[in-house]
Amino acid sequence: MPSIFTRRAQGAHVPHNKNTAGKATEKMPLPAKIILPMQQHIGAPCAPVVQKGDTVYVGSVVGKAGGFVSADIHSGVSGTVDGIETLRFPNGALVSSVVIIPDGAQTPDPELKAPVVTDAKGLIEAAQKCGLVGLGGAGFPTAVKFSPKNPEAVDTLVINGAECEPYITADNREFLECSDTVISGIAAVKKYLNLKKVVIGIERNKPEAIDMMFSLTNGDADYKVMPLDSLYPQGAEKVLIEKCTGREVPRGGLPADAGVIVMNVTTVSTLGKYLKTGMPLTTKRLTIDGSCVNEAKNVEVIIGTPIIDVLNFCGGVKDEVGKIIMGGPMMGTAVLSADFPIIKQNNAILAFNEKEAKLAEPTPCVRCGRCLNACPMGLSPVEIVSAFEKNDVEDLNALMTDLCIGCGTCSFVCPTKRPLAQTMSLAKIAQRNGGKK
Amino acid sequence: MDKKLVISASPHITDSSTTRGLMLNVIIALLPTAVVSGIIFGARSLLVIGVTAAACVGFEAIYNILMKKPQTVGDLSAVVTGIILAFNLPSTIPLWIAIVGAFIAIVVTKQLFGGLGCNFANPALVGRIALFIGFASRMTTYGFPAKAAVDALATATPLATSGAFSGMSVFGTLLLGNYGGVLGETCSLTLIIGGIFLIVTKTIDFMIPAAYIGTVAVLSLVLGQDVVLQLLSGGLLLGAFFMATDYVTSPFTLKGKLIYGIGLGVLTCLIRFYGTMAEGVSFSLLLMNLLVPYINKATRQIPLGGAKKK
Repeated sequence: MPSIFTRRAQGAHVPHNKNTAGKATEKMPLPAKIILPMQQHIGAPCAPVVQKGDTVYVGSVVGKAGGFVSADIHSGVSGTVDGIETLRFPNGALVSSVVIIPDGAQTPDPELKAPVVTDAKGLIEAAQKCGLVGLGGAGFPTAVKFSPKNPEAVDTLVINGAECEPYITADNREFLECSDTVISGIAAVKKYLNLKKVVIGIERNKPEAIDMMFSLTNGDADYKVMPLDSLYPQGAEKVLIEKCTGREVPRGGLPADAGVIVMNVTTVSTLGKYLKTGMPLTTKRLTIDGSCVNEAKNVEVIIGTPIIDVLNFCGGVKDEVGKIIMGGPMMGTAVLSADFPIIKQNNAILAFNEKEAKLAEPTPCVRCGRCLNACPMGLSPVEIVSAFEKNDVEDLNALMTDLCIGCGTCSFVCPTKRPLAQTMSLAKIAQRNGGKK
Repeated sequence: MDKKLVISASPHITDSSTTRGLMLNVIIALLPTAVVSGIIFGARSLLVIGVTAAACVGFEAIYNILMKKPQTVGDLSAVVTGIILAFNLPSTIPLWIAIVGAFIAIVVTKQLFGGLGCNFANPALVGRIALFIGFASRMTTYGFPAKAAVDALATATPLATSGAFSGMSVFGTLLLGNYGGVLGETCSLTLIIGGIFLIVTKTIDFMIPAAYIGTVAVLSLVLGQDVVLQLLSGGLLLGAFFMATDYVTSPFTLKGKLIYGIGLGVLTCLIRFYGTMAEGVSFSLLLMNLLVPYINKATRQIPLGGAKKK
């Protein structure tokens, strides 16, 4: 661990609001339709392989991966393709999306069968066939993660069970309800990628999950359960690697450069399920919470279900909804409409009232330095923002603006309510482009 | 849900801290010392504090109106400047001089450089130094403790007379502040309580006062000075807890704060032990204020993964 003189990296004491931690997952009934956008991952969008009028089954491929960094998209229902429409994403992009009307029978695709995996190649193929992406929110294709340039140097699997975002308890439920596939998934990755050590990082605000993992891995010297301080953002990949292994991912590098593969607990468990059943990723557990939700719960949802249906399953909404967030309040995305579908990397839907939806007006920076003492990466948001305002690319480089992980800690702790994290995103673009455009 | 939803970039929540809240913490931390100054120097000290603070707020408000800038007095930073400036004045100070000090602090030092966050030096400090140079005799005409029944006498601070006290022990006198001096520097006890309050509420970082006071203690010991006298008198505690920790004019990083505190301690001791004026704290603060941008640049943190490759 670095000295506090090297970097303070205090993180942020976010409110936990883990209201649903004890709530067992409820399965949602079939929606009237599902909408499957062809972009549910980082990388190239999928190409639709179905047409209007086609019959699909549960687990049928609907979108084929558009390249190596991409992931297949499968139907979660059996039914008829209603058409391919264009959907506007919150970031403004237009994404073609397959709409399917369920027939209610939920017939599984007859071609599905559990894969036979004997080596790393087989595991990578299984992750591809499963359509697996990082389910903690990032949506990075797992098969790509399994294919580092330096496989011989990678020796450790870090399981991300930190779940440091407020409200979300979906990963906590995965540990408790699906511990068998969590363990079988981990064992498969460890075996076929030839990894020596497994470290499971869980924040201390999930004592049941910690106990469960301790008892299931007890006695195996290759496994380590690492309780983490309940401090945002312990689950940020580079921070987690440092906390769990003491290694640093070098600037511009990947976790593999530190000899590590990081997987979210739900991702590894989904892999465990796929290896057992051959059923690809078509459902997702979500935490539904926020001040406007009548009954906060954990729900198992078919991917593609419109948000509005999920909210209605949770007793509907009260008050005027001001903002709907896909994911947690620190890094989640505010959506344009409640008609937007649930996508793979969603792990929560939060409905906030109008008062919470409004952010406080920024006041002049008092140069208190809280942002740089809190920044988990040890960056200096106050100086980066001022270099950005001056369009000083040299200083943006010297300040290593590119290392910003966009976790939002600086904005959260700022007493003058300045949009630091938001400006940091712009500063990163300016650094890349050699100046503001 | 037919209404339009709010779209904004993450994060969607922030903590409850505000500039106003932080300034309120500083005001709370200053209050015990203000009350005690009323007891030691009489009611006029409270008048000086009130007038100086009101003048600071007034100048800021008028400046904002004249310059058609958004009104900022609500952030309470002018109140803090006013109280700290008053703490640097003797109770006998003519009120018009206090108002001149407020003008120098708020208009000249703070607003002309761009307002809160842009000033190069601590406004209250510049106000004090300007008054000290411009009105030297009136600035050192210390009101004697009220109960001594002597109204005003030109006298030296304990630092200048080195321990000419009667009655109570030196330590007790320095702790309770029952001797001549400016309003906010004599009672060490309430300054320490206020400083601890600021550290516990995380309003300030412990590093600057710890490094500053620690350096003065070590140097006093090494150079054969009376450590207790050096620490508890001459405005060191007021400077270390309330003036050196001003956000705008102190470094960001822990390493920077350590260097800044040590620099303050060294300069204070040099001026006190070898200079001709008993103004160690003020001048070392001013000098170190000017070095802050350089300290910031020289003490940047090493980001995670940002270390130079071996």
